Amino acid sequence: MAERLTRDDVLKVARLARLEVTDEEADRFTDQLAAVLDHAADVAALDLTGVPPTARPVPLVNVLREDEVRPGLDRDEVLAAAPAAEDGRFRVPPILGDGP
Amino acid sequence: MTVDGWETVIGLEVHCELATATKLFCGCRNTFGSEPNTNVCPVCLGLPGSLPVLNRQAVELAMRIGTALNCEVRRSIFARKNYFYPDMPKDYQVSQYDLPLNVGGHLDLPDGSRVGIERAHVEEDTGKTTHCHGVQARSRGGTGRIAGASYALVDYNRAGVPLVEIVSAPEIRSPEQAKAYVTELRGILLAIGASDARMEEGSMRVDANVSVRRSGTDQLGTRAEIKNLNSVRSLVRAIAYEARRQADLIEAGGTVVQETRHWDEDAGRTSSLRSKEEAEDYRYFPEPDLVPLDPDDFWKKAVRAAIPPLPVERREALAAAAGVEPGEVALVVETGLDPLVKAALHAGIDPRLALTRATNEVAGRDVDPASVDATAFAATLRLEQDGRLTATQSKQVLARVVTGGDPAAVAAELGFEALATDTLAAAVDEAITANPAEWERYSAGEDKLTGFFVGKVMAATRGKADGKAVTALLRERRGS
Amino acid sequence: MTARATAAELGADVRAGRRRAADVVEQHLRAIEAREADVHAFNLVLAESARAEAAAIDARVAAGEDPGPLAGVPVVLKDNICTRGVPTTCSSRILEGWRPPYDATVVTRLRAAGAVILGKTNCDEFAMGSSTENSAFGPTRNPLDLTKVPGGSSGGSAAAVVAGFAAVGLGSDTGGSIRQPASLCGVVGVKPTYGRVSRYGLVAYASSLDQIGPLTSTVADAALVLDVIGGYDPADSTSIPDPPVELSAVLGEGVDGLRVGVVQELTTDANPDVVARVVAAAAALEAAGAKVEEASVPAASYALSAYYLIAPAEASSNLARYDGVRYGLRVDGADVDAMFAATRTAGFGAEVKRRIMLGTYALSAGYYDAYYGKAQRVRTLLIRDFEAAYDRFDVLLSPTSPTTAFPLGAKMDDPLAMYLMDVATIPANLAGIPAMSVPYGAGDDGLPVGVQVLAPALGEAAMFRTAAVLEASLR
Ligand SMILES: [Mg+2]
Ligand SMILES: [Zn+2]
Repeated sequence: MAERLTRDDVLKVARLARLEVTDEEADRFTDQLAAVLDHAADVAALDLTGVPPTARPVPLVNVLREDEVRPGLDRDEVLAAAPAAEDGRFRVPPILGDGP
Repeated sequence: MTVDGWETVIGLEVHCELATATKLFCGCRNTFGSEPNTNVCPVCLGLPGSLPVLNRQAVELAMRIGTALNCEVRRSIFARKNYFYPDMPKDYQVSQYDLPLNVGGHLDLPDGSRVGIERAHVEEDTGKTTHCHGVQARSRGGTGRIAGASYALVDYNRAGVPLVEIVSAPEIRSPEQAKAYVTELRGILLAIGASDARMEEGSMRVDANVSVRRSGTDQLGTRAEIKNLNSVRSLVRAIAYEARRQADLIEAGGTVVQETRHWDEDAGRTSSLRSKEEAEDYRYFPEPDLVPLDPDDFWKKAVRAAIPPLPVERREALAAAAGVEPGEVALVVETGLDPLVKAALHAGIDPRLALTRATNEVAGRDVDPASVDATAFAATLRLEQDGRLTATQSKQVLARVVTGGDPAAVAAELGFEALATDTLAAAVDEAITANPAEWERYSAGEDKLTGFFVGKVMAATRGKADGKAVTALLRERRGS
Repeated sequence: MTARATAAELGADVRAGRRRAADVVEQHLRAIEAREADVHAFNLVLAESARAEAAAIDARVAAGEDPGPLAGVPVVLKDNICTRGVPTTCSSRILEGWRPPYDATVVTRLRAAGAVILGKTNCDEFAMGSSTENSAFGPTRNPLDLTKVPGGSSGGSAAAVVAGFAAVGLGSDTGGSIRQPASLCGVVGVKPTYGRVSRYGLVAYASSLDQIGPLTSTVADAALVLDVIGGYDPADSTSIPDPPVELSAVLGEGVDGLRVGVVQELTTDANPDVVARVVAAAAALEAAGAKVEEASVPAASYALSAYYLIAPAEASSNLARYDGVRYGLRVDGADVDAMFAATRTAGFGAEVKRRIMLGTYALSAGYYDAYYGKAQRVRTLLIRDFEAAYDRFDVLLSPTSPTTAFPLGAKMDDPLAMYLMDVATIPANLAGIPAMSVPYGAGDDGLPVGVQVLAPALGEAAMFRTAAVLEASLR
């Protein structure tokens, strides 16, 4: 059974999710999320060994498409939707650190 | 590699782009070098509401890779790897996690060693980011300062291109073995048509997990993951550098930290990437937009049947035919010239001669193995073997007929008419007569004078003489 | 409410040239003009393009062509269904102004059947909510009582149908978001079998639970619309390939001999006036020849908890893409991570943030097994329990919502209380089975009560036959 959700947990998930929370929001979210997780304690407490997980409720496998080229989108239309573009590409602020 | 009592332990993660016509989950073209953002659609741009549909050919090629690497090909599911980065349109990567398509194989290297393959899973590639730095603006005073902040530009043509990530066991022990592994893997990927595997273009990317431990111990040390290895040469240098760095660090009383390090080819060293505040938590979970992939036995058998002979089998076959060790034919097989050598052997050419000429005169030239003319190759070597062309002449003729031609005609054209035996004999006799003192010494057993006489005969025949034939005649004349 | 022409009647009339699509559109635009300011069902009314589409339909009819079964029928779309060139906001600031470069599959199919798209309707932001109050553009009000919520998250579509703004609304249902507003607004709402209707072009909230479905005034209209939008779509990997039964053809088959189970776990906690309507519905079915008994789906007791782990988990991933790089809102920052955070903080409302954080937590290292992993196993139990129930019953019955429409603002500060509004609707999403809400009289406050009919996967035919009998029993 997991520990009760703390304010630090809320701050950590907010960082992971790229959300900023004010002190007041952090308190409120901690209470609200803890209440939902308390309600979910019944599930967390269940012994479900031997019960397989269900990820999606359709019994399909091997849904495949043929390797055939299909027309894509027009670049001008795509970039027109972008908050910033330059040189046929999307422009973003400087990136610190590498991707994984 | 055992340096100063240290053993290096290396595991390689190789990402290769699959040679499909379209991307992994959409019908956009999978090509290199298009204008930015011209091979994009709602799916690979991660537009709201779009959904992925798996490319059958990508699965087929991934299964070929697993089969060729002796893996078990089995039921797998896709998972989302969640992290924020601007080159990932959905801010998650669709990959495989706890249930990958291919598990538990191995790769046999030319030196006879075997490296375990932990898994080879399917995933989508990211887009490409270009980092741009602010324009250098010069004020009147002449002091340079950065005007305008740096920024980055993103192109999603590569986003969604199918990849297979091949993870080796930490069973590689030296930079050279790592090189052999990558070379062998590349040969397999090319042979089965799974990838064009070009490290320079990024269609094959190698990350190395490197750790060191005292020789004789078997506990794994803390590893560093090295990125930005753009060539086999970088791979070899980076591993050697990193192993040395870690050993030095420990010997100086330090500890290796688990981190990602960036290889700087110019500086010749690895450096730590700015470490994040906290470890990434990728929150993998099953991708609900895709269903499980569960190839049946029929499909698996068909994939197995479609796999051509792999480099290891071709090396063994050629080595057996040539009567040499498999390691000696590695380069010929790697360059796809084993059919050429086999044809020459079939034509009665000496195996060593065929291997040497194929390695040095054909592999060295940037010719497509498929366009090499095996008949002309064997015919040229036949002329050389019969003494009608010298080694030097044979190489020159080969250069001209490698993709087709008549070696005899080319030899004639180049004035390489092999000397008639009596002409050669006359030249040898002339040299003997003209240099009585040297002849006396040679006749007395001073073999090093062979070269002197061969030189004289060569000069007299303007290089047309075959050195071996001259030597034979000299010996005949002195009666030994 | 005055008796209005149904979608089936409108389509038949326009198709036959008895009525002009242009007139149908004008009539509905007038209704919108009269009451939309009070109701706020729409994020966008497409008056001009609707007029043009109607004129094109009339021209085709005049030319002897058949525009299809929905010829000239005004349809509104929940604003999380993509429409080419037309803003699709999900009622969120973060997508304000975004115009998708493509149509959702359901939109393509509606157009191919002759429907006229009249507008995009308000909803809870990214379909997260049960009252349509979590909209960046303000709440929708219940046309039957403007002090009450219309339910949610497809509250705009439900309100538009009951207010006579459109004959058909499309919604999306992840945990009850079609059925609960249908119940609170007194209309028919259907959550089809997972995989029956393509999700291509539906902006994802929780991908393994989301389904698009109709909100209509009659059971027959819902069948007609589902017949048009349902069926295999190669663009959705979770689309069921089997050709679906044509529902419009089975509506009149009745329930004689049908085995109906009233699900105890989904009924006992509802308000007594709501339970009374379920009892009345059961009696009506029995009178029509059905065999009605109590049924039990034990794992349903855990469904709400499982849902509020699974849906936020998927949402936390689905909503990561709103990062200010490719479309929608951007709030600049010194570096790209700062820009991501500034954009998402400004662009998402409180409920969306709550669910993203909850889902991030449920998936994070150390908690996955206790929360997300457990919830997925509960899902398996629930599927098994439903399968066992369907060994004994052809369809199941329950209330749709535990209460009738509640006042605006009543549950906004108590997320858990709001979540409990979905307690009876969530199990069908987790199990992937079809369920629909049929209006069945009123509660003590005079507001509508919906009865939920559930069926096994792809069992829509029995579900619609039952719904049709219930509907007829009220006439
Ligand atoms: Mg990878
Ligand atoms: Zn694409």
